Amino acid sequence: MYVAVKGGERAIEAAHRLLASERRGDPRVPELSLAQIDQQLALAVDRVMAEGSLYDRELAALAIKQSRGDLIEAIFLLRAFRTTLPRLGMSQPVDTGCMLVRRRISATFKDLPGGQILGPTFDYTHRLLDFDLARGADGVDPTAEEAGPPVAAAEPLPRVVDLLDREGLIETEAAGDDGAPVGDLTREPIAFPASRGVRLQNLARADEGFILALGYATQRGYGRNHPFAGEIRVGEVSVEVIPEELGFPVEIAEISITECQMVNQFRGSAEAPPQFTRGYGLCFGNSERKAMAMALVDRALRCRELGEEPASATQDEEFVLSHSDSVESSGFVQHLKLPHYVDFQAELVLVRDLRAAAGAVPGR
Amino acid sequence: MSHYNFAYLDEQTKRMIRRSLLKAVAIPGYQVPFGSREMPLSYGWGTGGVQVTASVIGPGDVLKVIDQGADDTTNAVSIRRFFERTTGVRTTSRTDEATLIQSRHRIPETPLAAGQILVLQVPIPEPLRWLEPREAETRTMHALEEYGVMHVRLYEDITRHGKVAQTYEYPVIVNGRYLMRPSPIPKFDNPKLDRNPALLLFGAGREKRIYAVPPHTSVRSLDFEDHPFEIERWDRACALCGATEAFLDEIITDDKGGRVFVCSDTDFCSHRRSRGVERGV
Repeated sequence: MYVAVKGGERAIEAAHRLLASERRGDPRVPELSLAQIDQQLALAVDRVMAEGSLYDRELAALAIKQSRGDLIEAIFLLRAFRTTLPRLGMSQPVDTGCMLVRRRISATFKDLPGGQILGPTFDYTHRLLDFDLARGADGVDPTAEEAGPPVAAAEPLPRVVDLLDREGLIETEAAGDDGAPVGDLTREPIAFPASRGVRLQNLARADEGFILALGYATQRGYGRNHPFAGEIRVGEVSVEVIPEELGFPVEIAEISITECQMVNQFRGSAEAPPQFTRGYGLCFGNSERKAMAMALVDRALRCRELGEEPASATQDEEFVLSHSDSVESSGFVQHLKLPHYVDFQAELVLVRDLRAAAGAVPGR
Repeated sequence: MSHYNFAYLDEQTKRMIRRSLLKAVAIPGYQVPFGSREMPLSYGWGTGGVQVTASVIGPGDVLKVIDQGADDTTNAVSIRRFFERTTGVRTTSRTDEATLIQSRHRIPETPLAAGQILVLQVPIPEPLRWLEPREAETRTMHALEEYGVMHVRLYEDITRHGKVAQTYEYPVIVNGRYLMRPSPIPKFDNPKLDRNPALLLFGAGREKRIYAVPPHTSVRSLDFEDHPFEIERWDRACALCGATEAFLDEIITDDKGGRVFVCSDTDFCSHRRSRGVERGV
């Protein structure tokens, strides 16, 4: 006699205990500290902060530890925490022109005011496994001159696009009203067509892999937009708020960000003369790959505004923005693990009926 | 859980959701966009239902949570524990004892009563979604009451299969106006939607939509005069309680084709059995 399955509650508790033990791994191996994750897995922390939409290195490190290094799970943890935080106010727009730059490159000009600053980058490293690291000797001599901490440029560096702007070669971007309300898709559901601000917010939170693939697709002809990496800069900017009772800006934080300004060819339209157009990417932390891909996708999504005929998924705002979020997509894909006995039973009844009506022989 | 507010969500968020609920009740079957929050459980696992429940639950409520009709499936257990931890309210598996029921994929067999609230978790709220993927387009179709494509789809089933081959999330017209996807309940449960004395609330967290069927509202499953709507029937009874009018789950008992059918609604089934024992059956 069949007895209905019971014990979901005990099973869940046991699963949680197993998970905790697997997370810790072999207890003879020293436990990771949050400081170690923050310092030595810094780019993982950056990605979790960027897609988790919360600038807090310690909490991001905690999420990475808790998620056993599953970054999408870590992003989810951070998001679920973020959603409970009160919104105390809105910062002033961040001025990336005043960034303390640690890295700044332009692919459009050989040299430019402030110069090219290579900074700490994987570019031009030979991807050879460094077996010295495996031995625990990381090879960095802290006394060596060139191995010191990266030095930020002393002076603010002009942005490449601003240099083009002066000549009228690139579309002008209206400065916008600082007092105008800023869309926030975590408070208001997205509606289509979305404002560019909300679109950029969506892309900044979007899964890096998804945006990377879409950006790549634009390069291969699906919504091609002839990009040049006008400028990529990585460094520190200050965040300011204006407290109501003071009425003047107060710096509340310094954050690391990556900004990418793509410069894209544009042949002109009936309304606009030929000029360069812009694609924009911005992320928390050092996330160059993401910022560049984001700029490509941003430009692709601007097709309607620029009078281009959308022909690819990369130019389809609803397609891109509805499927970019890893927390949403990961949840919905994995919800297929939940029981579907009832729907499946309904389908079984139907398929048996249809087969009987079609004269199918059982078992064939 | 002292770090969190009663029922997890802060009061401002609850108010925002309740305003959306009021709008949903005022326009039966209409999908109201709402500022769905990121919840501490995965999208697709009931975040919409949880937010709706969290915004209407009070300390005096008695909560029942079911998934596929059962109180003890793992996700039902998980959501029930979430509310036990965050609200401390009394929980029950008895449909007739609960003031608030959160469910996935089923409406309980025991008829609901006036004053009860049933919250259904919804993965895809848009009934036209498989016919038109674009939200901007489907919203216009609803505004214009342009539902011909759905009738055509059902008609195509009839020409191909001789019947409508839609077994769950079977489309309905609410209050003679809005086409609604009744969450993925089996069409077996569709008749329970019609003029139900309880308040039926639908929450889709990932898709950020809320909709409602207020008490005693007409809910008509789409059909044709010569092909009236019908629900599935089993030619067996529940192996545990003998019910013949309930939705049955099929359980495979061995690898030789052995199977039994049991009620999907575990509370309904166990209640029948306990009465049967009392009667000495």
